[in-house]
Amino acid sequence: MRRRFFLGASLAIVAAGMANSAIAQGEIKIGEINSYSLLPAFTDPYRKGWQLALEEINAAGGINGKKLVIISKDDGGKPADAQTAANELVSSENVAMLVGTFLSNIGLAVSDFANQKKVFFLAAEPLTDAITWSKGNRYTFRLRPSNYMQAAMLAEAAAELPAKRWATIAPNYEYGQSAVGVFKKLMSEKRPDIQFKDRVVISFLTGEPEYLDPLKDETPDGWIVTGYPWYSIKTPEHEAFLKAYQAKYNDYPRLGSIVGYETIKAAAAILTKAGSTDPEKLIAAAEGLSVASPFGEITFRKIDHQSTLGAFVGKTAVKDGKGVMVDSVYRKGSDYLPRDAEVEKMRPKD
Amino acid sequence: MAFYIVQFLTGLASAASLFLVASGLSIIFGVTRIVNFAHGAFYMLGAYMAFSLTERFSGALGFWGGILVAAILVAAVGVLVEMVLLRRIYHSPELFQLLATFGLTLMVEDLVVLIWGPADQLGRRAPGFKGAVDFFGQNIPSYDLFLIVLGPSVLAILWLLFRRTRWGILVRAATQDRDMVAALGVNQKWLFTSVFAVGVFLAALGGALQIPRDAVNHAMDLRIIVEVFVVVVIGGLGSIMGAFVAAVLVSELNAFGILIFPKISIILVFLVMAAVLIVRPWGLFGKAEAPARRRPGLVVNPWRPLSRSERLIALAALAVAAALPFFGGNYALTVGAEIAIFVIFAVSLHFLMSVGGLASFGHAAYFGLGAYGVALLAKFAGLPMIACLLLGPLLGLVGAAAFGFFAVQLAGVYFAMLTLAFAQIVWSIAFQWVEVTGGDNGILGVWPEKWAASPAHFYWLSLGITALVIALLRTAVFSPFGFALRATRDSPLRSEAIGINGKRIQWTAFVIAGAVAGIAGALFAYLKGSVFPDDLGISLSVDALVMVLLGGVETLSGAVVGAIVYKALSIWLVSQTDLSKLVLGAFIVLIVVAFPKGIVGTLEAVGRRFRSSPPKSALLASHVETAE
Repeated sequence: MRRRFFLGASLAIVAAGMANSAIAQGEIKIGEINSYSLLPAFTDPYRKGWQLALEEINAAGGINGKKLVIISKDDGGKPADAQTAANELVSSENVAMLVGTFLSNIGLAVSDFANQKKVFFLAAEPLTDAITWSKGNRYTFRLRPSNYMQAAMLAEAAAELPAKRWATIAPNYEYGQSAVGVFKKLMSEKRPDIQFKDRVVISFLTGEPEYLDPLKDETPDGWIVTGYPWYSIKTPEHEAFLKAYQAKYNDYPRLGSIVGYETIKAAAAILTKAGSTDPEKLIAAAEGLSVASPFGEITFRKIDHQSTLGAFVGKTAVKDGKGVMVDSVYRKGSDYLPRDAEVEKMRPKD
Repeated sequence: MAFYIVQFLTGLASAASLFLVASGLSIIFGVTRIVNFAHGAFYMLGAYMAFSLTERFSGALGFWGGILVAAILVAAVGVLVEMVLLRRIYHSPELFQLLATFGLTLMVEDLVVLIWGPADQLGRRAPGFKGAVDFFGQNIPSYDLFLIVLGPSVLAILWLLFRRTRWGILVRAATQDRDMVAALGVNQKWLFTSVFAVGVFLAALGGALQIPRDAVNHAMDLRIIVEVFVVVVIGGLGSIMGAFVAAVLVSELNAFGILIFPKISIILVFLVMAAVLIVRPWGLFGKAEAPARRRPGLVVNPWRPLSRSERLIALAALAVAAALPFFGGNYALTVGAEIAIFVIFAVSLHFLMSVGGLASFGHAAYFGLGAYGVALLAKFAGLPMIACLLLGPLLGLVGAAAFGFFAVQLAGVYFAMLTLAFAQIVWSIAFQWVEVTGGDNGILGVWPEKWAASPAHFYWLSLGITALVIALLRTAVFSPFGFALRATRDSPLRSEAIGINGKRIQWTAFVIAGAVAGIAGALFAYLKGSVFPDDLGISLSVDALVMVLLGGVETLSGAVVGAIVYKALSIWLVSQTDLSKLVLGAFIVLIVVAFPKGIVGTLEAVGRRFRSSPPKSALLASHVETAE
């Protein structure tokens, strides 16, 4: 009596599993996981980005003639649910690789899963340094510029200021703690005379439309930030992306859109080069691979699997009642990574 | 010095919103005895509604009109909810209403994203309160000063309402003894609806007034609801003055905690709540509850062990479940193992809740302690898997023994809140003690050894342990200890009179439940290969509550069915749709309305009707109930 439901539930799951596991010929599947229900403000533009990329890839003939298919799952913002989703994608959908995730802890959980199950994983958005360094593994690659890189770009701008005393404000969880930690370390290297209050504010990520737009005319003036000023990037790569994005969605891109777009573009490039869905071949293909992006060419470093995607550093300002980034300059990710010897020390040997 | 005064004033300003929301919750609980989990959702709706009215239709109403109209509109929604949903379930078992309001909360979280879009919304600043006032070189936003004045003003208005109007007298009377008020011929329906409307109005006003201070988003309900529970409990349920004092206390603790103890700022309020409840079990301004006249169910349908044929059915079901690896894929097996683990977790809470009559709101603490126990033993001590599985749950047991000792001194909602406080304390330790627990990045790489690594083996391991645990707990229910525990639940006075040491019995039950939850957590750590602070968070505690309530709190096997249905459904929904919360919430609300006794409770009722055609009349049942 009391376990009858067990049977019903199990059967339903089996049936669902069988229906899905039939692999269509001539398709390559990518499993995508992100916090769609918890963080829609970030993941909605991200999804639009990868959908655009998917469309472009298939319009151009897919992966070596095979159609690319993306199966997307929500993780509800919980690492445990992300693992369930990853497991479903790998075990019953037979995806060639996993991509996505936003929160650092979820990125780490999926990366650990990938390492255990020997699946290729391209982390899209998590910022934590641990994912490529202290807890890095050979199956995991990461696209977005890490905490360390963002801190390094800001520290460079900050060191040019005459201020000597700095106060830090950060959320009391891993992201905040490590961001502050890195910033302090880099600042004191560049300017040994510094004490960690003149009011120049240096802020991580605030220049991204996701954070800046809600502020509207309340946007603070003159903060030094990293971000994405989509309105003032005039490179041909970006203009092509912008045009395609606006034509498809009648909306402007956020940073998430870039990340989503480039994640799938990079994934497709890796799959095309590998010519196979074998994880070892994918790793070999991804290491050192250079891919075009709306921000210019990026490379996945062999040493730590970090991409050299950079970010824009500029100042916040208010224009026509909207928050914008001005005086922004693109900083290449490759210029803001520590020396190889340091990286090797941090990263566990495979 | 000026800095500390400014910090103090900021605390006072935060207290205003908190007080509005908390007073609403307190009034609703006082009269209807409903723990309104959806109160945070109404707060959030108030903020969203006010944002729309002040932003898009600001011409017609102006800022202040917009705020007020928003609160009134949300109150109207509240009235609708009360009349359509809650009225049907006032007579359901205790806490069942919590399940309904939890379902509503889930739905609202997805609905606001559908209606207002995913991005955070930042509202206007209030006209006339845009700037800041200079105070010895420190700036105080003038809106904060407005809020500081507003809090006591609302308190005064509420005080007048409760002391000087007939309605207020009725509300106070109902808070003290609602059976008596009903007996005196007051229309309860009308009273409950109006009280609910006022409570929701206050919550929505609290939310609407936040828009100049904070961004509006779809997760703001959960951020406030826990804090509001804390305020209401510290102040004493049903006490407006208590809610005010506690709101100030909690806001000041938050304001100064971050300066003085930045490391433990998150848990400071929970530490204070635990201390208050241990010293004053009914909160600062609360009074001991009058002994309830009606005991939930059970008097009519005493439990009995399974009959021979039912045992065979259970064994057959177990055998079928054990055959899953022969036809299920790896994914089905992993999901099967996860469901089995949650069955263990749910039956452990059920043992405490249904058999012991102690509804814990923080049961995930012991689940998570078991998981962390395993992870720490495996990573730092390098013990083999068997040793970890045996020793890991001991951490859950030790935690339950320590916290349970204090918790069982209380009863009812206060017990629930103290367990919640303990769970939050454990969660914050896991979250903030980065050196040992890895903080929110958790502990990775806790994978099972070879012999258990394949999904089929792990599934069998989990299923075997689940069957064992259920069998042991059922044996415990029908042992002398189980009878003593149920006696203490049904009548503390009588059981004491026949020489049962109620507190010790309850404490033992708490430790058993904690240890069993620890077993579930230990398996969970190996299933996922990692542990995170989420594993002992509030949402997991709520999940466990929902599983027990869904199955039927008054039944003996409800938790098993509730866990299977809820877990399977939520895994499936999360995999299928972004709007899993909306569908799951709607499902819960539907179950609550259609099967007010839970799934198993309803099945049993149907089964009884089949067996004895002239059913025991409702009249008889009510006689037995009132005899208690």
